Amino acid sequence: MYAFEIDRPATLADAITALGAEEAQALGGGQTLIPALKQRLAAPARLVALSGVAEIKGIRTGADGALCIGGGTTHAEVAAGAGAYPALAALAARIGDPAVRNRGTIGGSLANNDPSACYPAAVLASGATVVTTNREIAADDFFEGMFTTTLEDGEIITEVRFPVPEKANYQKFEQPASRFALVGVFVAKYADGVRVAVTGASEDGVFRWSEAEAALSKDFAPGALEGLSLSGEGMISDLHGSGDYRAHLVAVMTRRAVAAAG
Amino acid sequence: MPEVSMTVNGKPAKGQVEGRTLLVEFLRESLGLTGTHVGCDSSQCGACVVHVNGRAVKSCTMFAAEAEGAEVRTIESMAEPDGTLHPIQAAFQAHHGLQCGFCTPGMVMSAAALLAENPKPSEAEIREYLEGNICRCTGYHNIVKAILAASGQDVSAIAAE
Ligand SMILES: Cc1cc2nc3c(=O)[nH]c(=O)nc-3n(C[C@H](O)[C@H](O)[C@H](O)COP(=O)(O)OP(=O)(O)OC[C@H]3O[C@@H](n4cnc5c(N)ncnc54)[C@H](O)[C@@H]3O)c2cc1C
Ligand code: FES
Ligand code: FES
Repeated sequence: MYAFEIDRPATLADAITALGAEEAQALGGGQTLIPALKQRLAAPARLVALSGVAEIKGIRTGADGALCIGGGTTHAEVAAGAGAYPALAALAARIGDPAVRNRGTIGGSLANNDPSACYPAAVLASGATVVTTNREIAADDFFEGMFTTTLEDGEIITEVRFPVPEKANYQKFEQPASRFALVGVFVAKYADGVRVAVTGASEDGVFRWSEAEAALSKDFAPGALEGLSLSGEGMISDLHGSGDYRAHLVAVMTRRAVAAAG
Repeated sequence: MPEVSMTVNGKPAKGQVEGRTLLVEFLRESLGLTGTHVGCDSSQCGACVVHVNGRAVKSCTMFAAEAEGAEVRTIESMAEPDGTLHPIQAAFQAHHGLQCGFCTPGMVMSAAALLAENPKPSEAEIREYLEGNICRCTGYHNIVKAILAASGQDVSAIAAE
Protein backbone atom coordinates (compact mmCIF):
# COMPACT_ATOMS: atom_id res chain seq x y z
CA MET A 1 0.00 0.00 0.00
CA TYR A 2 1.17 3.51 -0.72
CA ALA A 3 1.02 5.86 2.26
CA PHE A 4 -2.02 8.07 2.84
CA GLU A 5 -3.61 10.10 5.60
CA ILE A 6 -6.79 8.87 7.21
CA ASP A 7 -9.60 11.05 8.56
CA ARG A 8 -12.42 9.79 10.71
CA PRO A 9 -15.07 12.53 10.81
CA ALA A 10 -18.04 12.19 13.16
CA THR A 11 -20.52 14.17 11.05
CA LEU A 12 -21.60 14.19 7.44
CA ALA A 13 -20.71 17.88 7.15
CA ASP A 14 -17.13 17.16 8.22
CA ALA A 15 -16.95 14.19 5.85
CA ILE A 16 -18.02 16.39 2.92
CA THR A 17 -15.37 18.97 3.83
CA ALA A 18 -12.67 16.30 4.19
CA LEU A 19 -13.58 14.82 0.80
CA GLY A 20 -13.05 18.23 -0.74
CA ALA A 21 -9.29 17.81 -0.27
CA GLU A 22 -7.03 16.93 -3.19
CA GLU A 23 -7.14 13.20 -4.06
CA ALA A 24 -9.40 12.28 -1.15
CA GLN A 25 -11.55 9.16 -1.30
CA ALA A 26 -14.33 7.79 0.89
CA LEU A 27 -13.72 4.61 2.89
CA GLY A 28 -16.83 2.56 3.67
CA GLY A 29 -16.30 -0.87 5.17
CA GLY A 30 -13.05 -1.25 3.26
CA GLN A 31 -13.96 -4.76 2.09
CA THR A 32 -13.26 -3.82 -1.50
CA LEU A 33 -11.12 -0.72 -1.16
CA ILE A 34 -8.50 -2.12 1.26
CA PRO A 35 -7.69 -5.13 -1.00
CA ALA A 36 -7.51 -2.67 -3.94
CA LEU A 37 -5.11 -0.42 -2.00
CA LYS A 38 -2.94 -3.43 -1.15
CA GLN A 39 -2.71 -4.23 -4.85
CA ARG A 40 -1.90 -0.60 -5.56
CA LEU A 41 -4.93 -0.37 -7.81
CA ALA A 42 -5.84 2.84 -5.99
CA ALA A 43 -3.56 5.47 -4.52
CA PRO A 44 -5.56 8.19 -2.75
CA ALA A 45 -3.65 10.81 -0.77
CA ARG A 46 -6.33 10.81 1.91
CA LEU A 47 -9.04 8.41 2.99
CA VAL A 48 -12.15 9.71 4.68
CA ALA A 49 -13.57 6.89 6.82
CA LEU A 50 -17.35 7.04 6.98
CA SER A 51 -17.62 4.48 9.79
CA GLY A 52 -17.89 7.22 12.44
CA VAL A 53 -20.73 9.09 10.73
CA ALA A 54 -23.87 8.01 12.61
CA GLU A 55 -26.16 10.09 10.34
CA ILE A 56 -25.72 7.68 7.43
CA LYS A 57 -26.32 4.47 9.39
CA GLY A 58 -29.49 2.65 10.24
CA ILE A 59 -32.82 1.60 8.79
CA ARG A 60 -36.10 3.52 8.88
CA THR A 61 -39.47 3.58 7.17
CA GLY A 62 -40.01 6.61 4.94
CA ALA A 63 -43.21 8.68 4.79
CA ASP A 64 -44.29 6.85 1.61
CA GLY A 65 -43.70 3.44 3.22
CA ALA A 66 -40.33 2.93 1.51
CA LEU A 67 -37.62 1.08 3.43
CA CYS A 68 -34.76 3.57 3.80
CA ILE A 69 -31.27 2.25 4.51
CA GLY A 70 -28.42 4.57 5.45
CA GLY A 71 -25.45 4.43 3.07
CA GLY A 72 -23.10 3.43 5.90
CA THR A 73 -25.27 0.54 7.10
CA THR A 74 -23.47 -2.80 7.12
CA HIS A 75 -24.70 -5.92 5.34
CA ALA A 76 -25.14 -7.61 8.76
CA GLU A 77 -27.35 -4.74 9.96
CA VAL A 78 -29.51 -5.00 6.83
CA ALA A 79 -29.74 -8.79 7.22
CA ALA A 80 -30.96 -8.32 10.79
CA GLY A 81 -33.03 -5.15 10.40
CA ALA A 82 -34.69 -5.13 6.98
CA GLY A 83 -37.53 -7.48 7.98
CA ALA A 84 -40.02 -5.20 6.19
CA TYR A 85 -38.43 -6.32 2.90
CA PRO A 86 -37.54 -9.99 3.47
CA ALA A 87 -35.96 -10.60 0.03
CA LEU A 88 -33.56 -7.72 0.65
CA ALA A 89 -32.67 -8.94 4.15
CA ALA A 90 -32.04 -12.42 2.71
CA LEU A 91 -29.78 -10.98 0.00
CA ALA A 92 -27.70 -9.11 2.58
CA ALA A 93 -27.44 -12.25 4.73
CA ARG A 94 -25.75 -14.09 1.85
CA ILE A 95 -23.13 -11.52 0.85
CA GLY A 96 -19.62 -12.93 1.36
CA ASP A 97 -19.15 -14.27 4.88
CA PRO A 98 -19.98 -13.02 8.41
CA ALA A 99 -16.79 -10.96 8.82
CA VAL A 100 -17.32 -9.25 5.44
CA ARG A 101 -20.94 -8.54 6.38
CA ASN A 102 -19.86 -6.97 9.67
CA ARG A 103 -17.81 -4.31 7.84
CA GLY A 104 -19.07 -3.95 4.26
CA THR A 105 -21.77 -1.34 3.61
CA ILE A 106 -24.56 -0.84 1.10
CA GLY A 107 -23.14 2.54 0.03
CA GLY A 108 -19.72 1.01 -0.66
CA SER A 109 -21.22 -1.85 -2.61
CA LEU A 110 -23.29 0.46 -4.82
CA ALA A 111 -20.50 3.00 -5.37
CA ASN A 112 -18.21 0.16 -6.40
CA ASN A 113 -20.80 -1.43 -8.77
CA ASP A 114 -18.90 -4.67 -9.14
CA PRO A 115 -20.51 -6.55 -12.07
CA SER A 116 -20.99 -9.56 -9.77
CA ALA A 117 -22.23 -7.73 -6.66
CA CYS A 118 -25.62 -8.48 -5.13
CA TYR A 119 -27.01 -5.09 -4.03
CA PRO A 120 -27.07 -3.51 -7.52
CA ALA A 121 -29.62 -6.17 -8.56
CA ALA A 122 -31.87 -5.35 -5.59
CA VAL A 123 -31.65 -1.60 -6.19
CA LEU A 124 -32.41 -1.88 -9.91
CA ALA A 125 -35.21 -4.46 -9.50
CA SER A 126 -36.83 -2.36 -6.77
CA GLY A 127 -36.61 0.88 -8.71
CA ALA A 128 -34.96 2.27 -5.57
CA THR A 129 -33.70 5.82 -5.17
CA VAL A 130 -30.05 6.44 -4.30
CA VAL A 131 -29.77 9.55 -2.14
CA THR A 132 -26.42 11.33 -2.07
CA THR A 133 -24.98 14.46 -0.54
CA ASN A 134 -25.90 16.28 -3.78
CA ARG A 135 -29.11 14.74 -5.20
CA GLU A 136 -31.57 11.86 -5.51
CA ILE A 137 -30.77 9.39 -8.28
CA ALA A 138 -33.25 6.87 -9.74
CA ALA A 139 -31.85 3.33 -9.93
CA ASP A 140 -32.32 3.34 -13.72
CA ASP A 141 -29.91 6.32 -13.96
CA PHE A 142 -27.39 5.25 -11.32
CA PHE A 143 -25.49 2.31 -12.84
CA GLU A 144 -23.33 3.08 -15.86
CA GLY A 145 -21.56 -0.21 -16.59
CA MET A 146 -18.92 -2.31 -14.87
CA PHE A 147 -17.43 -0.52 -11.84
CA THR A 148 -18.98 2.74 -13.09
CA THR A 149 -21.81 4.83 -11.66
CA THR A 150 -23.10 8.35 -12.10
CA LEU A 151 -21.49 9.38 -8.75
CA GLU A 152 -19.19 12.40 -8.92
CA ASP A 153 -15.94 12.78 -6.99
CA GLY A 154 -16.61 13.40 -3.32
CA GLU A 155 -20.31 12.52 -3.57
CA ILE A 156 -21.41 10.31 -0.66
CA ILE A 157 -24.32 7.86 -0.74
CA THR A 158 -26.29 8.79 2.36
CA GLU A 159 -29.39 6.63 1.93
CA VAL A 160 -31.06 4.12 -0.37
CA ARG A 161 -34.88 4.17 -0.52
CA PHE A 162 -36.55 0.89 -1.51
CA PRO A 163 -40.24 0.82 -2.37
CA VAL A 164 -41.42 -2.44 -0.76
CA PRO A 165 -42.81 -4.88 -3.37
CA GLU A 166 -45.80 -7.22 -3.01
CA LYS A 167 -43.55 -10.18 -3.73
CA ALA A 168 -39.83 -10.50 -4.37
CA ASN A 169 -36.97 -12.96 -4.37
CA TYR A 170 -33.25 -13.00 -5.10
CA GLN A 171 -31.58 -16.10 -6.48
CA LYS A 172 -27.80 -16.16 -6.31
CA PHE A 173 -25.81 -18.82 -8.12
CA GLU A 174 -22.69 -18.52 -6.04
CA GLN A 175 -19.16 -18.61 -7.37
CA PRO A 176 -17.79 -20.57 -4.42
CA ALA A 177 -14.23 -19.23 -4.48
CA SER A 178 -15.09 -15.53 -4.45
CA ARG A 179 -18.52 -15.92 -2.79
CA PHE A 180 -19.87 -13.30 -5.24
CA ALA A 181 -22.68 -14.12 -7.66
CA LEU A 182 -21.71 -16.06 -10.78
CA VAL A 183 -25.21 -15.03 -11.80
CA GLY A 184 -27.83 -13.42 -9.56
CA VAL A 185 -31.41 -12.49 -10.43
CA PHE A 186 -33.67 -10.26 -8.36
CA VAL A 187 -37.39 -10.32 -9.21
CA ALA A 188 -39.78 -7.79 -7.64
CA LYS A 189 -43.53 -7.59 -8.23
CA TYR A 190 -45.23 -4.24 -7.67
CA ALA A 191 -48.85 -3.22 -8.22
CA ASP A 192 -47.81 -1.52 -11.48
CA GLY A 193 -45.63 -4.32 -12.88
CA VAL A 194 -42.71 -6.66 -12.38
CA ARG A 195 -39.02 -5.73 -12.53
CA VAL A 196 -36.22 -8.23 -13.14
CA ALA A 197 -32.57 -7.25 -12.58
CA VAL A 198 -29.60 -9.45 -13.40
CA THR A 199 -26.11 -9.27 -11.91
CA GLY A 200 -22.95 -11.28 -12.60
CA ALA A 201 -23.81 -11.90 -16.24
CA SER A 202 -23.34 -8.89 -18.50
CA GLU A 203 -20.11 -7.15 -19.46
CA ASP A 204 -22.09 -3.93 -18.97
CA GLY A 205 -22.83 -4.76 -15.33
CA VAL A 206 -26.27 -5.05 -13.78
CA PHE A 207 -29.19 -4.85 -16.26
CA ARG A 208 -32.96 -5.26 -16.51
CA TRP A 209 -34.31 -8.19 -18.52
CA SER A 210 -37.21 -6.43 -20.17
CA GLU A 211 -38.75 -9.41 -22.04
CA ALA A 212 -39.05 -11.29 -18.75
CA GLU A 213 -40.52 -8.20 -17.08
CA ALA A 214 -43.21 -7.91 -19.78
CA ALA A 215 -44.11 -11.61 -19.56
CA LEU A 216 -44.19 -11.66 -15.75
CA SER A 217 -46.22 -8.45 -15.56
CA LYS A 218 -48.98 -10.30 -17.48
CA ASP A 219 -48.67 -13.56 -15.56
CA PHE A 220 -46.46 -13.81 -12.46
CA ALA A 221 -45.63 -17.51 -12.79
CA PRO A 222 -42.50 -19.45 -13.84
CA GLY A 223 -44.44 -20.77 -16.88
CA ALA A 224 -44.76 -17.23 -18.24
CA LEU A 225 -41.01 -17.35 -18.95
CA GLU A 226 -41.23 -20.37 -21.22
CA GLY A 227 -39.43 -19.81 -24.51
CA LEU A 228 -37.65 -16.67 -23.28
CA SER A 229 -33.88 -16.71 -23.46
CA LEU A 230 -30.96 -14.31 -23.63
CA SER A 231 -28.04 -14.42 -26.04
CA GLY A 232 -24.56 -15.21 -24.75
CA GLU A 233 -23.25 -12.24 -26.69
CA GLY A 234 -21.97 -9.47 -24.40
CA MET A 235 -22.08 -11.81 -21.40
CA ILE A 236 -19.04 -12.23 -19.16
CA SER A 237 -16.97 -15.18 -20.27
CA ASP A 238 -14.22 -16.42 -17.94
CA LEU A 239 -12.81 -19.61 -16.45
CA HIS A 240 -15.90 -19.94 -14.24
CA GLY A 241 -18.37 -20.01 -17.13
CA SER A 242 -18.86 -19.04 -20.76
CA GLY A 243 -21.18 -16.29 -21.95
CA ASP A 244 -23.67 -18.89 -23.17
CA TYR A 245 -23.59 -20.65 -19.81
CA ARG A 246 -24.29 -17.40 -17.99
CA ALA A 247 -27.12 -16.52 -20.39
CA HIS A 248 -28.66 -19.93 -19.71
CA LEU A 249 -28.25 -19.46 -15.95
CA VAL A 250 -30.08 -16.12 -16.07
CA ALA A 251 -33.23 -17.83 -17.36
CA VAL A 252 -32.91 -20.65 -14.81
CA MET A 253 -32.39 -18.28 -11.88
CA THR A 254 -35.26 -16.05 -13.01
CA ARG A 255 -37.65 -19.03 -13.04
CA ARG A 256 -36.43 -20.05 -9.60
CA ALA A 257 -36.85 -16.53 -8.25
CA VAL A 258 -40.43 -16.32 -9.50
CA ALA A 259 -41.25 -19.76 -8.07
CA ALA A 260 -39.70 -18.83 -4.70
CA ALA A 261 -41.46 -15.44 -4.59
CA GLY A 262 -44.74 -17.40 -4.83
CA MET B 1 2.08 9.86 13.00
CA PRO B 2 -1.33 9.90 14.65
CA GLU B 3 -1.92 7.99 17.85
CA VAL B 4 -4.63 5.40 18.22
CA SER B 5 -6.03 4.06 21.46
CA MET B 6 -8.35 1.13 22.04
CA THR B 7 -9.06 -1.61 24.55
CA VAL B 8 -7.43 -4.89 23.64
CA ASN B 9 -8.36 -7.99 25.64
CA GLY B 10 -9.67 -5.80 28.43
CA LYS B 11 -6.57 -3.63 28.74
CA PRO B 12 -5.99 -0.13 27.35
CA ALA B 13 -3.61 -0.12 24.39
CA LYS B 14 -2.23 2.74 22.38
CA GLY B 15 0.42 3.45 19.82
CA GLN B 16 1.49 5.44 16.80
CA VAL B 17 0.08 4.27 13.49
CA GLU B 18 0.23 5.32 9.87
CA GLY B 19 -2.99 5.74 7.92
CA ARG B 20 -2.26 2.48 6.13
CA THR B 21 -1.44 0.46 9.29
CA LEU B 22 -3.80 -2.50 9.40
CA LEU B 23 -5.40 -3.56 12.66
CA VAL B 24 -3.60 -6.91 12.41
CA GLU B 25 -0.23 -5.12 12.06
CA PHE B 26 -0.97 -3.03 15.12
CA LEU B 27 -1.93 -6.14 17.13
CA ARG B 28 1.03 -8.24 16.03
CA GLU B 29 3.81 -5.71 15.60
CA SER B 30 3.01 -2.92 18.06
CA LEU B 31 1.38 -4.99 20.80
CA GLY B 32 3.24 -8.26 20.18
CA LEU B 33 -0.03 -10.23 20.07
CA THR B 34 1.10 -12.70 17.44
CA GLY B 35 -1.70 -15.20 18.07
CA THR B 36 -3.70 -13.52 15.32
CA HIS B 37 -2.39 -14.88 12.02
CA VAL B 38 -2.11 -13.46 8.53
CA GLY B 39 -2.83 -16.18 6.00
CA CYS B 40 -3.74 -14.48 2.76
CA ASP B 41 -3.65 -10.75 3.51
CA SER B 42 -6.44 -10.47 0.94
CA SER B 43 -9.70 -10.84 2.91
CA GLN B 44 -10.21 -14.44 1.88
CA CYS B 45 -8.99 -16.87 4.54
CA GLY B 46 -10.17 -15.63 7.94
CA ALA B 47 -6.95 -16.55 9.81
CA CYS B 48 -6.90 -12.93 11.06
CA VAL B 49 -10.43 -12.83 12.53
CA VAL B 50 -10.70 -10.89 15.81
CA HIS B 51 -13.70 -9.31 17.53
CA VAL B 52 -14.23 -5.54 17.30
CA ASN B 53 -17.02 -4.36 19.58
CA GLY B 54 -18.19 -7.95 19.80
CA ARG B 55 -18.33 -8.63 16.06
CA ALA B 56 -16.04 -10.87 14.02
CA VAL B 57 -13.95 -8.91 11.52
CA LYS B 58 -10.95 -9.67 9.34
CA SER B 59 -8.21 -7.64 10.98
CA CYS B 60 -6.23 -7.62 7.71
CA THR B 61 -9.11 -5.68 6.15
CA MET B 62 -9.55 -2.89 8.67
CA PHE B 63 -7.24 0.01 9.46
CA ALA B 64 -5.95 0.36 13.02
CA ALA B 65 -7.07 4.00 13.00
CA GLU B 66 -10.65 2.81 12.55
CA ALA B 67 -10.48 0.86 15.81
CA GLU B 68 -10.06 4.10 17.78
CA GLY B 69 -12.01 3.70 21.02
CA ALA B 70 -13.07 0.16 20.14
CA GLU B 71 -13.14 -2.97 22.27
CA VAL B 72 -10.92 -5.55 20.53
CA ARG B 73 -10.63 -9.22 21.50
CA THR B 74 -8.02 -11.57 20.13
CA ILE B 75 -7.28 -15.27 20.58
CA GLU B 76 -4.99 -14.37 23.51
CA SER B 77 -8.07 -13.48 25.57
CA MET B 78 -9.70 -16.87 25.25
CA ALA B 79 -7.78 -19.05 27.72
CA GLU B 80 -7.85 -18.26 31.47
CA PRO B 81 -4.78 -16.48 32.88
CA ASP B 82 -3.71 -19.80 34.45
CA GLY B 83 -3.67 -21.42 31.00
CA THR B 84 -7.00 -23.28 31.28
CA LEU B 85 -8.33 -23.45 27.76
CA HIS B 86 -11.60 -21.81 26.75
CA PRO B 87 -14.30 -24.48 26.13
CA ILE B 88 -14.05 -23.86 22.36
CA GLN B 89 -10.27 -24.35 22.45
CA ALA B 90 -10.64 -27.44 24.62
CA ALA B 91 -13.16 -28.87 22.15
CA PHE B 92 -10.79 -28.22 19.22
CA GLN B 93 -8.16 -30.18 21.12
CA ALA B 94 -10.50 -33.02 22.12
CA HIS B 95 -11.98 -33.43 18.64
CA HIS B 96 -8.81 -32.87 16.60
CA GLY B 97 -10.11 -29.63 15.13
CA LEU B 98 -6.60 -28.60 14.11
CA GLN B 99 -3.56 -30.02 12.42
CA CYS B 100 -0.96 -27.36 11.57
CA GLY B 101 -2.94 -24.84 13.62
CA PHE B 102 -2.44 -21.91 11.32
CA CYS B 103 -6.14 -21.26 10.75
CA THR B 104 -7.09 -22.05 14.34
CA PRO B 105 -7.02 -18.55 15.90
CA GLY B 106 -9.46 -17.32 13.26
CA MET B 107 -11.57 -20.47 13.50
CA VAL B 108 -11.86 -20.12 17.28
CA MET B 109 -12.72 -16.42 17.12
CA SER B 110 -15.33 -17.03 14.40
CA ALA B 111 -16.75 -19.90 16.43
CA ALA B 112 -16.94 -17.69 19.52
CA ALA B 113 -18.81 -15.01 17.54
CA LEU B 114 -21.21 -17.65 16.19
CA LEU B 115 -21.95 -19.13 19.63
CA ALA B 116 -22.51 -15.65 21.08
CA GLU B 117 -25.19 -15.07 18.41
CA ASN B 118 -26.53 -18.59 18.19
CA PRO B 119 -25.68 -20.76 21.23
CA LYS B 120 -26.95 -24.04 19.73
CA PRO B 121 -26.20 -23.90 16.00
CA SER B 122 -26.95 -26.80 13.67
CA GLU B 123 -24.17 -28.43 11.67
CA ALA B 124 -25.36 -26.55 8.57
CA GLU B 125 -25.36 -23.22 10.43
CA ILE B 126 -21.80 -23.83 11.62
CA ARG B 127 -20.60 -24.64 8.11
CA GLU B 128 -22.30 -21.54 6.73
CA TYR B 129 -20.86 -19.28 9.42
CA LEU B 130 -17.35 -20.56 8.69
CA GLU B 131 -17.62 -19.76 4.97
CA GLY B 132 -14.91 -17.11 5.31
CA ASN B 133 -12.49 -19.29 7.29
CA ILE B 134 -10.27 -21.48 5.18
CA CYS B 135 -8.38 -24.52 6.50
CA ARG B 136 -5.99 -26.41 4.25
CA CYS B 137 -5.45 -29.32 6.65
CA THR B 138 -8.47 -30.70 8.40
CA GLY B 139 -11.19 -30.92 5.78
CA TYR B 140 -13.37 -28.97 8.27
CA HIS B 141 -15.16 -32.02 9.62
CA ASN B 142 -13.48 -32.03 13.02
CA ILE B 143 -13.71 -28.24 13.29
CA VAL B 144 -17.47 -28.45 12.87
CA LYS B 145 -17.58 -31.31 15.35
CA ALA B 146 -15.53 -29.34 17.89
CA ILE B 147 -17.85 -26.34 17.65
CA LEU B 148 -20.93 -28.54 18.04
CA ALA B 149 -19.31 -30.11 21.11
CA ALA B 150 -18.35 -26.71 22.52
CA SER B 151 -21.99 -25.66 22.25
CA GLY B 152 -22.92 -28.61 24.47
CA GLN B 153 -24.51 -30.66 21.71
CA ASP B 154 -24.14 -34.37 21.12
CA VAL B 155 -21.61 -35.14 18.39
CA SER B 156 -21.84 -38.93 18.46
CA ALA B 157 -24.21 -38.82 15.47
CA ILE B 158 -21.52 -37.20 13.35
CA ALA B 159 -19.40 -40.09 12.18
CA ALA B 160 -15.66 -39.61 11.91
CA GLU B 161 -15.55 -39.48 8.13
C1 LIG C 1 -14.46 -12.36 0.72
C2 LIG C 1 -15.43 -11.35 0.18
C3 LIG C 1 -16.64 -11.81 -0.33
C4 LIG C 1 -17.57 -10.90 -0.87
N1 LIG C 1 -18.75 -11.40 -1.36
C5 LIG C 1 -19.66 -10.53 -1.89
C6 LIG C 1 -20.90 -11.00 -2.42
O1 LIG C 1 -21.22 -12.17 -2.38
N2 LIG C 1 -21.75 -10.08 -2.93
C7 LIG C 1 -21.47 -8.76 -2.94
O2 LIG C 1 -22.30 -7.98 -3.40
N3 LIG C 1 -20.32 -8.28 -2.45
C8 LIG C 1 -19.41 -9.14 -1.93
N4 LIG C 1 -18.23 -8.64 -1.40
C9 LIG C 1 -17.98 -7.17 -1.45
C10 LIG C 1 -18.55 -6.53 -0.21
O3 LIG C 1 -19.97 -6.53 -0.29
C11 LIG C 1 -18.09 -5.08 0.00
O4 LIG C 1 -18.56 -4.74 1.26
C12 LIG C 1 -18.59 -4.04 -0.94
O5 LIG C 1 -18.34 -4.34 -2.27
C13 LIG C 1 -17.92 -2.68 -0.70
O6 LIG C 1 -18.46 -2.08 0.42
P1 LIG C 1 -17.54 -1.38 1.50
O7 LIG C 1 -18.46 -0.69 2.42
O8 LIG C 1 -16.61 -2.36 2.08
O9 LIG C 1 -16.79 -0.27 0.63
P2 LIG C 1 -15.26 0.14 0.49
O10 LIG C 1 -14.45 -1.05 0.14
O11 LIG C 1 -14.85 0.91 1.66
O12 LIG C 1 -15.38 1.12 -0.76
C14 LIG C 1 -15.69 0.68 -2.06
C15 LIG C 1 -15.83 1.93 -2.96
O13 LIG C 1 -17.00 2.67 -2.61
C16 LIG C 1 -16.66 4.00 -2.22
N5 LIG C 1 -17.59 4.29 -1.10
C17 LIG C 1 -17.69 3.63 0.08
N6 LIG C 1 -18.74 4.08 0.79
C18 LIG C 1 -19.32 5.06 0.05
C19 LIG C 1 -20.46 5.91 0.24
N7 LIG C 1 -21.26 5.82 1.34
N8 LIG C 1 -20.76 6.82 -0.73
C20 LIG C 1 -20.00 6.90 -1.85
N9 LIG C 1 -18.93 6.12 -2.09
C21 LIG C 1 -18.59 5.21 -1.15
C22 LIG C 1 -15.20 3.97 -1.89
O14 LIG C 1 -14.60 5.22 -2.11
C23 LIG C 1 -14.68 2.90 -2.87
O15 LIG C 1 -14.50 3.46 -4.13
C24 LIG C 1 -17.28 -9.51 -0.87
C25 LIG C 1 -16.07 -9.05 -0.35
C26 LIG C 1 -15.16 -9.96 0.18
C27 LIG C 1 -13.86 -9.44 0.74
S1 FES D 1 -5.27 -12.83 6.48
FE1 FES D 1 -7.10 -11.71 6.72
S2 FES D 1 -8.51 -12.87 5.61
FE2 FES D 1 -6.65 -13.95 5.21
S1 FES E 1 -5.17 -26.73 10.68
FE1 FES E 1 -3.77 -26.22 9.12
S2 FES E 1 -4.83 -24.65 8.06
FE2 FES E 1 -6.32 -25.39 9.41
